[in-house]
Amino acid sequence: MDFVIPLLILAIPLCMFLLLGILGMKMSPKVAGTLGTLGMGTVFVLAYYTAFTYFFSGSADFVNGTDRLQYIVFNVDWLAFTPELVIRLGFLLDPISAMMLIVIPTISFMVHLYSLGYMHGEKGFQRYYAFLSLFSFSMLGLVVATNIFQMYIFWELVGASSYLLIGFYYTRPAAVSASKKAFIVTRFADLGFLIGILILSFYTDTFNFIDMTSNPQGVLASTGGATFMGASVLTWALVLIYMGGMGKSAMMPLHIWLPDAMEGPTPVSALIHAATMVVAGVYLVARMFPVYLVETAALEVVLVVGAITALYAAMVACTQIDIKRVLAFSTISQIAFMMVALGVARPDIHEGLGYMASMFHLFTHAMFKALLFMGAGALIHAVHSNDYTAMGGLRKYMPICHITFLIGCLAIAGIPPFAGFWSKDEILVAVYDYSTFWGVWMTFVAGLTAFYMFRLYYLIFWWNEPVYHHKPHDAPWTMSVPLIFLAAVSVVAGLIPFGKFVTWQGHEYIIHMNVTVATISVIVALCGILLARTMYRKENTLPARVKAFWPWLHKAALHRFYWDELYLFITHKIIFNGICRPIAWFDRHIIDGSMDGLAYVTNKASYAIRGFQSGNVQMYVWWYLIGVLLLGAITTICVL
Amino acid sequence: MFSNILIYFVVIPLLMLGGLALCRNIKQVRAVAVTGSLALLGLSVYLLVDYLAQRAAGETAQMLYTGTWSWFGPLNINLAVGVDGISVAMLLLSAIILLTGSFASWKIDPLPKDFFLWLILLSTGVFGFFISIDLFTMFMFYEVALIPMYLLIGVWGSGNKNYSAMKLTLMLMGGSAFLMLGLIGIYYHSAPEGQPLTWNLLEISRNASISTGWQYFLFPLTFVGFGVLGAMFPFHTWSPDGHASAPTAVSMLHAGVLMKLGGYGCFRVAIYLMPQAANDLAWIFLILTGISVVYGAFSACVQTDLKYINAYSSVSHCGLVLFAILMLNTTAMTGAIMQMLSHGLMTALFFALIGMIYGRTHTRDIRLMGGLMKIMPFLAVCYVIAGMASLGLPGLSGFVAEMTIFVGSFEHTDTFHRVFTIMACCSIVITAVYILRVVGKLLFGPVYDEHHLTLTDATWWERTSTVTLIISVAAIGCFPNFFADLIKFTFSPAIFSVIGMN
Repeated sequence: MDFVIPLLILAIPLCMFLLLGILGMKMSPKVAGTLGTLGMGTVFVLAYYTAFTYFFSGSADFVNGTDRLQYIVFNVDWLAFTPELVIRLGFLLDPISAMMLIVIPTISFMVHLYSLGYMHGEKGFQRYYAFLSLFSFSMLGLVVATNIFQMYIFWELVGASSYLLIGFYYTRPAAVSASKKAFIVTRFADLGFLIGILILSFYTDTFNFIDMTSNPQGVLASTGGATFMGASVLTWALVLIYMGGMGKSAMMPLHIWLPDAMEGPTPVSALIHAATMVVAGVYLVARMFPVYLVETAALEVVLVVGAITALYAAMVACTQIDIKRVLAFSTISQIAFMMVALGVARPDIHEGLGYMASMFHLFTHAMFKALLFMGAGALIHAVHSNDYTAMGGLRKYMPICHITFLIGCLAIAGIPPFAGFWSKDEILVAVYDYSTFWGVWMTFVAGLTAFYMFRLYYLIFWWNEPVYHHKPHDAPWTMSVPLIFLAAVSVVAGLIPFGKFVTWQGHEYIIHMNVTVATISVIVALCGILLARTMYRKENTLPARVKAFWPWLHKAALHRFYWDELYLFITHKIIFNGICRPIAWFDRHIIDGSMDGLAYVTNKASYAIRGFQSGNVQMYVWWYLIGVLLLGAITTICVL
Repeated sequence: MFSNILIYFVVIPLLMLGGLALCRNIKQVRAVAVTGSLALLGLSVYLLVDYLAQRAAGETAQMLYTGTWSWFGPLNINLAVGVDGISVAMLLLSAIILLTGSFASWKIDPLPKDFFLWLILLSTGVFGFFISIDLFTMFMFYEVALIPMYLLIGVWGSGNKNYSAMKLTLMLMGGSAFLMLGLIGIYYHSAPEGQPLTWNLLEISRNASISTGWQYFLFPLTFVGFGVLGAMFPFHTWSPDGHASAPTAVSMLHAGVLMKLGGYGCFRVAIYLMPQAANDLAWIFLILTGISVVYGAFSACVQTDLKYINAYSSVSHCGLVLFAILMLNTTAMTGAIMQMLSHGLMTALFFALIGMIYGRTHTRDIRLMGGLMKIMPFLAVCYVIAGMASLGLPGLSGFVAEMTIFVGSFEHTDTFHRVFTIMACCSIVITAVYILRVVGKLLFGPVYDEHHLTLTDATWWERTSTVTLIISVAAIGCFPNFFADLIKFTFSPAIFSVIGMN
């Protein structure tokens, strides 16, 4: 494949960022927005072309018989540490990166379009588009990375663009502290990622994904079974790398930044904090999957962390008031589903079905979650509040938003034939095959998902209608078109024969419906929906009574199980007051004090002996005489 | 003598001094300063290109453009010059910072002429230091670079300037005393019995005649002597006070270039001439520099004065330079030099911006400012970029330097090195904390002080200064291999066999 088009996919957003970033303020908002959207539209077309070429052209570069191959379009040396450890910037085409080449430009283009309406009249509109372009560039660079260090580079860049976009409303203190929190928490996770890379590359002597994954046993032989604190070095490396993924994908206990990140503009939440950047952790594990298979202990960690996070986030989502936060916790929970799917994937269980299911869910989730966020954006746009308490009965006023939001809810709840059903079903099949315990666990979470999504749906579109100062109405076409498009995708995306395109090692996989699991999951989802309908369709006292039944549980879930308070305690009380302040004090008073003390002693000593230099000749003679006598006495004593 | 290009790095500043002496008004002073620094920048760019061309043509000598002219025969003191990739990079760095520093002190008041006289004298020392390969002249230039600092801070400084100037000068002089002792010691062991003694770096390393016992004595002296200037814990406390009181251009030059003299000297003299001791005693200094890295970063987290924050951040970043040098392998040492370049540029950018903000708000206390992004967007955006460079965002210089250091340091397999490497890695998180704390407080949020609403954004000379630095920072960050290759040749196997390490 020629390198021009792939290069353009990366270069256009970058140039757009530089253009809008440097000259944006000289353009009118309209020009800047149009330019940004057109740029992304071009990328959208080019990326689809590339992905379709990869999947359907049948070129010998891409397929061998029925197996899909990994193909490096270009790979340029960027920084050579040693002859082997070289950071290259390249473009890797394989099933998952080609899939992401569809997901990212689709969502990004929709968000660009949607923002033309949503962000209309905002101050800093040009800057907003510049940052969106920067983000698209970084995210695309991340997924096509040919080596782990390239991934780390773009990993940091998406973190920075996320920081800039969360803090877009920089005069609002909440947005500023949310952006800071997001950056620092993910930075902390990236520290683990970095150390993981250092350990792994030290033993494999390469950064390249293909070298690592094509023969993981071979390149990892050099660890020689080295262990550290009871676990093998490789397990440590993989768990540390996973830690990076936990940060970006908001797995417990590094999830605390994502709900706060909702302070950013809503389209940004749809793009970054629902569909693309937050799945980077899943993508990372998928990318390194053959290496993880060598050390399945690390996959166990992935599974357990994912399962706990899924339940936790689903519980919290049942109680939140801010609709964007409900969606944020729902995102955490759904990403945890993908993680769990990866955690249970083994070559001997349905040829690694979990891997395929995870990627499938990533794909469908991106579509319907972006849809839900954009729907939420339209709602917020209409009623000027984030809380469901300010909404209710909106189905009459905003029909387009209502239908599309409902489709999104049905998709995420897993009702056939909507997209979420198919992917979630595959995940559950994979989990049940691995262990019944986790299967039941995840089924329960799936039921909770249906419950909290429909709780949200009924509270927004039914329930009781508050007094609206302005009559809410549907959004302009720039916002409705993306909603309708994504709703359509959410209806049909599940019917894509995903196993044909994206599987572990590129072997084609034919999806078989597991009727038992599918039935169970649909029944559970329906139960959740029915429960939500009973509780929230019309205003009644049932929710209050349920709340009163478990007051502590409700309170704890409302406060997100006090994770933020815990972190606040650790950062402020322990690190800030317990480490930083004492160090600063020590530096000023002990270290610097001893330097000042040295000067003080010198000063005092010279004052003390200054009397000897009085300039008085008689005194000098006296001292001279005393000295001579003393010397004479000493000499005499010594001689004697 | 004047056929050697390197000599002009000293000649031009001396000519500038003469020119300045003749100046009658501030316009002429500016003209001389800018013309001179542009000439120096041009010269260092030419040197870079020519150096690379010679290397490409297969020139494998360790130092190029070498030249020796006797200065004081009886003690074998020569004016000996020569450069390798590291010196070329450092000369370029110094020229950039001198130029941007001149722009940053466009409105210096009072006594602009005298200010520039001392500033250029300081630069003479800096340039002279980087081209010298004779220990004695090197030391002389080192002192020439240090002394003007006293007057520059004492006269043009702010705050508790007398105390700071005195403290900085005395502490660095204390370091020099160690250093002088070390250098004389090296001189007396510079050649085997019966051969003439020499101050020449290349000859001393070729002779390799310093016995291990003497190395154990002389290595700490020279390393600490230079380390004081490199802000090594626990000899770093001159840095916060000194930087806080210094005028903008002096802070820029001092943090940007002078602190690099420390790292450069540690490599060029202490490690290069006494490899055995470096190998055996590295652990002591690894502990100290490892502490510097984390300790400086933690201290920066609670400071409220912008310059203090940046000074402690410099302690952390320069600690990383010395830390990496002591790892004694090609990758880490390349990273150390890149970190010197990177830190020099971005810290100069920081100090320039702080000076510009201070010039407007008349305070450096972050608690008394807020929301500057709204008032002076250009300066604020530059500050964010500087912050991003400092916390290691890819595409800017900090990232490549730090990563090279970490990857290089991790090549050591023993627990001691590993633990300290991981500890140093932790600094990337703490750096993010203090940078974002400042950015969040200073630039974002609501406007704190209503009087600030009347302030204006950057002027053209301030823009020139900051944009030049940002472009340099981005250049290193985007094309790191160019700089890595330039530096790496210095550590090519031939050289390492001299140093006696892998």
